[in-house]
Amino acid sequence: MGDWMTVTDPGLSSESKNISQYTSETKMSPSSLYSQQVLCSSIPLSKNVHSFFSAFCTEENIEQSISYLDQELTTFGFPSLYEESKGKETKRELNIVAVLNCMNELLVLQRKNLLAQENVETQNLKLGSDMDHLQNCYAKLKEQLETSRREMIGLQERDRQLQCKNRNLHQLLKNEKDEVQKLQNIIASRATQYNHDMKRKEREYNKLKERLHQLVMNKKDKKIAMEILNYVGRADGKRGSWRTGKSEARNEDEMYKILLNDYEYRQKQILMENAELKKVLQQMKKEMISLLSPQKQKPRERADDSTGTIISDVEEDTGELSRESMWDLSCETVREQLTNSIRKQWRILKSHVEKLDNQVSKVHIEGFNDEDVISRQDHEQETEKLELEIQQCKEMIKTQQQLLQQQLATACDDDTTSLLRDCYLLEEKERLKEEWSLFKEQKKNFEKERRSFTEAAIRLGLERKAFEEERASWLKQQFLNMTSFDHQNSENVRFFSAFSGSSDRDNLTVHSRPRQKKPHSVSNGSPVCTSKLTKSLPASPSTSDFCQTRSCVSEHSSINVLNITPEETKPNQVGRECANQKWSVASRPGSQEGCYSGGCSLTYTNAHVEKDDLP
Amino acid sequence: MNFSEVFKLSSHLCKFSPDGKYLASCVQYRLVVRDVNSLQILRLYTCLDQIQHVEWSADSLFILCAMYKRGLVQVWSLEQPEWHCKIDEGSAGLVASCWSPDGRHVLNTTEFHLRITVWSLCTKSVSYIKYPKACQRGISFSRDGRYLALAERRDCKDFVSIFVCSDWQLLRHFDTDTQDLAGIEWAPNGCVLAAWDTCLEYKVLLYSLDGRLLSAYCAYEWSLGVKAVAWSPSSQFLAVGSYDGKVRVLNHVTWKMLTEFGHPATVNDPRIVVYQEAEKSRRRALDRPAHPAPRAAESRYEVASVPVPLQTVKPAADRANPRIGVGVLAFSPDSSFLATRNDNVPNAVWIWDVQKLRLFVVLEQLSPVRAFQWDPQRPRLAICTGSSKVYLWSRAGCVSVQVPGEGDFQVLSLCWHLSGDSLALLSKDHFCLCFLESEEGPHLASGQLGDHT
Repeated sequence: MGDWMTVTDPGLSSESKNISQYTSETKMSPSSLYSQQVLCSSIPLSKNVHSFFSAFCTEENIEQSISYLDQELTTFGFPSLYEESKGKETKRELNIVAVLNCMNELLVLQRKNLLAQENVETQNLKLGSDMDHLQNCYAKLKEQLETSRREMIGLQERDRQLQCKNRNLHQLLKNEKDEVQKLQNIIASRATQYNHDMKRKEREYNKLKERLHQLVMNKKDKKIAMEILNYVGRADGKRGSWRTGKSEARNEDEMYKILLNDYEYRQKQILMENAELKKVLQQMKKEMISLLSPQKQKPRERADDSTGTIISDVEEDTGELSRESMWDLSCETVREQLTNSIRKQWRILKSHVEKLDNQVSKVHIEGFNDEDVISRQDHEQETEKLELEIQQCKEMIKTQQQLLQQQLATACDDDTTSLLRDCYLLEEKERLKEEWSLFKEQKKNFEKERRSFTEAAIRLGLERKAFEEERASWLKQQFLNMTSFDHQNSENVRFFSAFSGSSDRDNLTVHSRPRQKKPHSVSNGSPVCTSKLTKSLPASPSTSDFCQTRSCVSEHSSINVLNITPEETKPNQVGRECANQKWSVASRPGSQEGCYSGGCSLTYTNAHVEKDDLP
Repeated sequence: MNFSEVFKLSSHLCKFSPDGKYLASCVQYRLVVRDVNSLQILRLYTCLDQIQHVEWSADSLFILCAMYKRGLVQVWSLEQPEWHCKIDEGSAGLVASCWSPDGRHVLNTTEFHLRITVWSLCTKSVSYIKYPKACQRGISFSRDGRYLALAERRDCKDFVSIFVCSDWQLLRHFDTDTQDLAGIEWAPNGCVLAAWDTCLEYKVLLYSLDGRLLSAYCAYEWSLGVKAVAWSPSSQFLAVGSYDGKVRVLNHVTWKMLTEFGHPATVNDPRIVVYQEAEKSRRRALDRPAHPAPRAAESRYEVASVPVPLQTVKPAADRANPRIGVGVLAFSPDSSFLATRNDNVPNAVWIWDVQKLRLFVVLEQLSPVRAFQWDPQRPRLAICTGSSKVYLWSRAGCVSVQVPGEGDFQVLSLCWHLSGDSLALLSKDHFCLCFLESEEGPHLASGQLGDHT
């Protein structure tokens, strides 16, 4: 009940209130009130309803109301509220059970009614919306009908107009045709008129001409004459001949000869053309036969196939024809044969091609299905293969990476290498060990070299000092020479010559080189790298951090190179050459760096440097 | 390319001898014969009056000079300068004079076309042919010089008479199915005679030497018809230009139309090369403003990109002989090209490829084309437009050449030397020779466009 309460419309309850007020005022009969109550479906739990009940039944009229209710209920078919009377005189007792039953039944009824009402309401709503929808539809359709009707009228109107126009145009056309006819008639009549006139005029003209001719020609006109010094010979050297019947016949003969010649010439041309065409035809025929003959076997195998017989026919035909050397025969006799054979062959070719087409299309369709099946399998196989390959490649990459790391590790010589080494395989370990030992040897060598370098460097420093002194003295001398002394000049010359003799390098400006060379040649035990290094380093470095600086330089140079090459991104050859040059320059320290990593390459690079430096 | 000096000339009378050795030109009443190579004067003849017509005999031994006003013809011998011959037509008058192919007879047409007098230089005999027709091309000698076809008019009907030239005997005489015969022309092989009707009706008739009608061709009715006709040198094609601006090519086997060459006002096909003459900028003239008489602007050819609209002339519809239709057409000596001019597109020359039967090249000039002629040896076309330039086209390209000299040399007409090595250019009262390199010059071979002065 509580749920139901929440659902009920507050409007309804207020209505019930009004009603209750109204009923209390008008004091209607309890029955009407009851019906009202049923309709309003007000709930007895609410207070005002309670008051309403109190209004219906008071302390005073309990009896009457009970009897009233009993009456009402019995008329509706409920059992009586009173107990069965045991005696007529005794006052009837109110049966509580019956009352409660009644109440319950009433409530059930009430609920049923409410449900029914609800259903009816929803149905009503549904129907109403349906109705609306249908009405809308109806309106729309009506509109459509209207518009289409209008359209139809418009189209009819247009049709009518067009028909009208058409009729007009037809009329115009007819008029034009008439006009054209008329004009043509006029033209024709004018033409006849003109021709007639022309003829008349011409006749007159001819008459006049005739008259003139008579007047001018027949009169012995002295003036019409030819004065000539002497008659000349004919161009052909012959004498003129008399006009006779003979000459006439000769002329005719000649004419016909010319005509005959011309026709003969043309016939020859045509014959030649014909021969050419025949040749082409023969060739085509041969090719056709050769093309069709390999097919012959198959159809023959199939007994029911008709093409085989035809082909054999053709074979016979062609054999006959070739035997008869048909090409020399005149056309009429051969023509039929020829055309027939060609037609036959053509038919065969056509059927053959058609067959081939059919086969191709069939194969195509079948092939598609087959391919579909195969392709799936293939696809799977292929993918498997590819996956395998990928796996292999991955492994390869991994091993390569490991190797790279190894190399790096050996170069680094850090504790990390030992850590890394743990994960390597035994073989690799051994290899690494070997390498390590090699490296150590190299290192030792290097240490030795370094020592010798330092020694050489010290010596160089000394020498440089000496050279500086020498130079100073020389400069002084030269200065003095330039000023006055001659004998000293000659000395200088000697000095120069000595210089130029020692090295074919340029001249005075490159003092350092020959200077450097000398100590080198003196210290025969020391490695040759010295000169190279001193050259690459502008100033003689302190021996202790020699290696560091060198690596630094090498790095620096390589970086330089890397910087430069992208800078010169010109796609042309010059830029690339430039970069290459840079590389070659930079490769020197790099190759020296190779001394660190690869011991075997050390000697080579050294040799290379030696070669490079020695003139 | 070299040019000779400029010589005087009157009435456009300048002719190369058929053997190619001499050049005859007329100045008033004087006839000058020069050597072609040295241009030295070989002979000088003086006639009785102003010369109006000059013709070499076929053997290059005699020259005929006609003075129509006087009714006089004078014949000169190149071998014997003292030899002379004078033919007087007297009161009958003279309108045309020509050599017979043997070079020993002179055919004179009297006034009003009363008759043709055949004068012989060998004998005293004189023949008369009556009733010659006054028409566009009424006399035609066959190429071998054996026959003469003559259009005649008797009793308002057209006839053709075929004479044997050796003794002037009438061989055939037949009437033609024409309203008003306009012209006749022998095929180069001398076996077929083409005859065409007046412009009022499109009709081409082909007769055999023996007078049989081989074929009649009519392209359309009710409109102006044939304007010009040309045989190909191989006698294989007959090109018929008509007033509808088309050329119809007939074949020699069936005498049916082989193809139709329309002359569209706009060239759309990208395969066709259109050369347009364009004036060069007159910078040189501006450089020398003190120049008393600035020469005409130089020009050169430019290859125009299609579509090219050509300049057309709207003809006056109410005048006789309207300027429409194909009026000039000529085959190249090897029959591989056909050059045409459509008279309502007067600035253009159309060159058709006969082997492929399609348009090949269009040349559009700055001014109307006066004349064009094929090189007798090569497929090379010379064109003049009345300007001071001569234009040459060959397969390699085309050039515009300024004629040098004082003042303006307006080329009104031209004629090729037999060898194709030189070209006579005629203006109103001067002429000069233009020598071309014997092999095709570098400018032509390379196809360079531009002028060479």
